[in-house]
Amino acid sequence: MSPSCCSNAACTEAGQRNIVLVGNPNVGKSIFFSAWSGVYADVSNFPGTTVEISRGKIGEDVLLDTPGVYGVSSFNDEERVARDVILTADLVVNVIDATHLERDLFLTLQLADMGIPMVVALNFCDEAENLDIRIDTKGLEERLGVPVVSTSAVKNHGLKEVFAALALARPGLSHPEIDQAVTNLLDRIDTRPEALMVLEGDEVVAERHGVTPENDRERVYLLRRQRANDIVGATVNRPEKTARFRDLLGRLCLHPTSGLLILSAVLWGCYQLIGVWVAGDIVGLTEEAIMQGHWEPWIRGLVNPLVPESSVFGQILIGEFGLLTMTITYLLGLLLPLVVGFYVALSLLEDSGYLPRLATFVDRLMTSIGLNGRAIIPVILGFGCVQLGTITTRILGCKRERTIATAILNFVVPCSAQIGVIAGMLAAVGFMLSMTYVAVIFTCLAVLGTVLNKVIPGQSSALLIDLPPMRLPRPTNVLRKTAIRSFFFMKEAYIWFFAGSLGVSLLQVSGGLKAWQNLVAPLTEGWLHLPKEAATAFVMGMVRRDFGAAGLTDLTLSPWQVVVSLVVITLFVPCIASLMILFKERGFKEATTVWLGAWVLAFSVGGLLAQIVL
Amino acid sequence: MSLNELKRGQSATITNVPDENLRIQLLRFGIINGSQVSCHCKLPFGPVVLKYGGQEIALGREIARQVTIKTAY
Repeated sequence: MSPSCCSNAACTEAGQRNIVLVGNPNVGKSIFFSAWSGVYADVSNFPGTTVEISRGKIGEDVLLDTPGVYGVSSFNDEERVARDVILTADLVVNVIDATHLERDLFLTLQLADMGIPMVVALNFCDEAENLDIRIDTKGLEERLGVPVVSTSAVKNHGLKEVFAALALARPGLSHPEIDQAVTNLLDRIDTRPEALMVLEGDEVVAERHGVTPENDRERVYLLRRQRANDIVGATVNRPEKTARFRDLLGRLCLHPTSGLLILSAVLWGCYQLIGVWVAGDIVGLTEEAIMQGHWEPWIRGLVNPLVPESSVFGQILIGEFGLLTMTITYLLGLLLPLVVGFYVALSLLEDSGYLPRLATFVDRLMTSIGLNGRAIIPVILGFGCVQLGTITTRILGCKRERTIATAILNFVVPCSAQIGVIAGMLAAVGFMLSMTYVAVIFTCLAVLGTVLNKVIPGQSSALLIDLPPMRLPRPTNVLRKTAIRSFFFMKEAYIWFFAGSLGVSLLQVSGGLKAWQNLVAPLTEGWLHLPKEAATAFVMGMVRRDFGAAGLTDLTLSPWQVVVSLVVITLFVPCIASLMILFKERGFKEATTVWLGAWVLAFSVGGLLAQIVL
Repeated sequence: MSLNELKRGQSATITNVPDENLRIQLLRFGIINGSQVSCHCKLPFGPVVLKYGGQEIALGREIARQVTIKTAY
């Protein structure tokens, strides 16, 4: 965001209009966003939250993308953010899914009741056609009172037409009864959209205006739902039977036997992609051949005549943990390929519609550790970055679930970069030992979840999730998402790598590292049966977990020592960035418990294993 | 009977959703009293997946137990 702008992601300068893209999840809003906003797009956290809002320029105006929501209200964080952005809108582009009008029109009608000028993009028209769903677009337009444009955004059809229709945007037809009720509130609340929110019992908006929220939500929702159903009844002709291949595939993902096979195949595919191909072949090329083979000698040769490597400053710049040597190598040669690999896998899973089915499939299992199937999403994201996973626990229904999921993430889930290093090290010790590692970590997960579920009072919420149709992911969409996410991940991560190596370098040149190694020697050597240099990896692991795992690769370890050290580094304390998020999200008491608990768990489990096998 | 007793492929009409919060969330998905739904699939001890219009909605077993339905026959 430009410094001249105020702290609100939705703020505009004089004369600019706020054009806001609104729609249910997975309706293709982001395609409109990137097609229209061009190179000016940037992604930033909505003030005071970690929900991301994309913001771009569209001519003289500002274009804002919002998180996918089923309605404008405040059931969770994303909905609250979407609501606040929508309340600032001068014009709304509502993207709806032609194959899901019953669901999507609820939001459309709510926007119509808000009275914000609107254009509707009827997306996935090609898909609707394939499904023999016939939609009377003209009839829909008449009933909604706003321009409706048929589109197929992924094929780039209709984007220009929607853009042209922006000039024709107008407030939609409101339900007469709701319209009357909102009008009655306008003497106390100055804007119509906010008056509607107050009518629907939104406490936050009511408080802003110093009024008591009305208690009319259910009645308003029912009127709106009935109107949506009437409109669908009058304008949509849907054939009875839609048994198709993707229906079958969707069902197979949920069937106990085939679902397990598909899940195994997906996990195997991810392992092949991230663990074998990226962590092995690609990183072998980027880290060893390119960075260590070419970059490091080159930069050493360049810096050495000016700042000798033997000097303190030289150590910090181009020494063992040097900012220009090891740090750059780790960042570009190791972390970047792993992160890109992880986000490719995640985007493929997301775009195919598999993730919600996975959530449904594992729901039963997750309830045994006090969570519901949705919690698989932060856990999977946690495998990418624990920090991201911790933030995403907000999608969970209650505090209890967020606590359990956060604990699991911070205790037992290794992040993507760490997994890459772990996978590489495990590949070298063979199948049986790898399985031992996996078994230890899973046992910890099961025990931890079960204990937390017993100890934490209350009950977790049950699963309620909409399953989007299975679709073949579009390569361009996957690549675009991967590029954006990887860029923002690296942007956030690099500073910690520099800070971490600087810290370790300073410890090394001041002799602090040796002192630390000796201090914890009873733990590393005596209890874990590891060389005392492993203590360096633990220091680095506190900075970034993958950094710690990478530090282990430099040691000479026996196969069992590899397993023990990997168990410790996996269960080890979260990295600084995750720790900060942990404190922010879960408060001092809970975060400290997790942090201290992680130390105890990592060293106890690692030590016990070492006592048995070493 | 309740929604979790529905068998795969069977259709039913929703007659009562006692919890207000749940009622409102289902309503946004398009399901209200009187809605005709069918059971797309059912996981052992796990969620019931409903088919409604063109969409599929997974409801945890706990939720499914609360929703009262009436089958056509």
